[in-house]
Amino acid sequence: MFRKILIANRGEIALRVIRACREMGIKTVAIFSEADRECLHVKMADEALLVGPAPSSKSYLNIDAILEAARSSKADAVHPGYGYLAEEEKFALACQKEGFVFIGPTPENLRIAGDKIWAKETVSRAGVPTVPSSEGGVASLEDAMDVASRIGYPVLIKAAGGGGGRGIRVCRNPSELQEEFAIARAEARAAFGNEEVYIEKRIVEPRHIEFQILADSRGRVVHLGERECTIQRRYQKLIEESPSPRLTPRLRREMADAAMEAARAVKYVNAGTIEFLLDPDDRYYFMEINARIQVEHPVTEQVTGIDLVKEQIRIAAGEGLDPHLEGLEPRGWAIECRINAEDPERGFLPCPGVVEIFRPPGGYGVRLDTHLYQGYELPMYYDSLIAKLIAYDRTRQGAISIMRRALEEFLIEPIRTTIPLHLRIMNDPDFQKGEFSTDFIERFIPPGEDEED
Amino acid sequence: MNGGNSKRIEVRAPMSGIFYRKPAPDQPPFVEVGDRVKKRQVLALLETMKVFQKVRSPSDGRIVEIIAQNESPVRDNDPLFVIEED
Repeated sequence: MFRKILIANRGEIALRVIRACREMGIKTVAIFSEADRECLHVKMADEALLVGPAPSSKSYLNIDAILEAARSSKADAVHPGYGYLAEEEKFALACQKEGFVFIGPTPENLRIAGDKIWAKETVSRAGVPTVPSSEGGVASLEDAMDVASRIGYPVLIKAAGGGGGRGIRVCRNPSELQEEFAIARAEARAAFGNEEVYIEKRIVEPRHIEFQILADSRGRVVHLGERECTIQRRYQKLIEESPSPRLTPRLRREMADAAMEAARAVKYVNAGTIEFLLDPDDRYYFMEINARIQVEHPVTEQVTGIDLVKEQIRIAAGEGLDPHLEGLEPRGWAIECRINAEDPERGFLPCPGVVEIFRPPGGYGVRLDTHLYQGYELPMYYDSLIAKLIAYDRTRQGAISIMRRALEEFLIEPIRTTIPLHLRIMNDPDFQKGEFSTDFIERFIPPGEDEED
Repeated sequence: MNGGNSKRIEVRAPMSGIFYRKPAPDQPPFVEVGDRVKKRQVLALLETMKVFQKVRSPSDGRIVEIIAQNESPVRDNDPLFVIEED
């Protein structure tokens, strides 16, 4: 087992990994930028090393500085968290080359999963249904228009190098496709360094259902059930839950099998997630592989009793999957609300500043993953996710009731947060019935207000 | 235009963030010193916690000074531009 792990991340996920390491008797090394000297993960690690100035490109994305930190602290392994370098093949290869174990999938997994076209082709060959799309990228507007008329509007233009909801444009008809195509390519080049785009059918009223996978280096694959992540705004998840209120036992079995087929098709190792879209007619389609531990991993942990970060560490250390993980039956229901420092009453304007009052919720069925503390100043350089509040109980209604109570208790002041929005969602009758699709959030946002300013 | 009686006003940062004079790195700045601007015209972008917002002119006028530096952090209420109102 590793003696020391460097966590190449910040904030709540860095804290999450530090906690798992503590419990396993593994020493921890935190990295931080100049804007993060007071971040909680720095205070909680055994050692902390400055890696650069505030901008992410010079710190949390600075491979050289991070490897130097790993060298000087004599870490055995590096955990990349999520975001930042977690899915950067170059980083995984550099860690390997320097003799640090990268706690996550293989560089080959990252290469396939990171190319959304390649991932679809690979799993499709293994018999997993995928969303109807162009065969590979489309290089010209002409090709795009051909594909779109073949698969039928509405369509999405998606960046091959995108993922996580980024680099997606909706086209409801041929003239919108004409307008958007060139811009989409330019944006893709700017954002991902890769201008390749593909055309995909836009599934109407979809549910976003994803399966948690664990795989060891001996080829053994298990799934730990699904998460429903349909409640989103601009493709960013707001609320996740496990299990999904939408799935029947039969659908669950079929989709879980498809998820494991997809993982085997790419020879996946370590923790990962297979994402599907489910349409109102019970047809499911593979969307993408998330080759990382995900933000919403806690809901799976609560209903399975499995610490996913520890499993990641064990797999990376060469251990085989524990046999009891096979055929694990989830129990109860967990819901997570992602709390952002944004004002839902004012177009989700970000709210930086000092957390002058911090009164977290507690009690039965409450879990809080956060790096906040009273007196902490939110830096302006990094994203606005400040806490993940998780509620769990035997039933979905019970979990909702606990979440409502916990949200009401939770004080973060004077900065504005999305807590009031989450409360409105918990009180929404359709949410309570489990009946919603990806446009659910629109009812809480006045028309026109949520356009790009 | 009565230059002698026109008022100078400061456009200030609505919150802390990173100040951008250009819509994208490879494009020209939104405005330069001397430009005439209209009320609500976009003068700059402010990036806070990965969210971009537009900094708009409060009135018709002329840019007389650009105080904030491109791609530099600014704090809540820092002066960004000085505009001479029409």
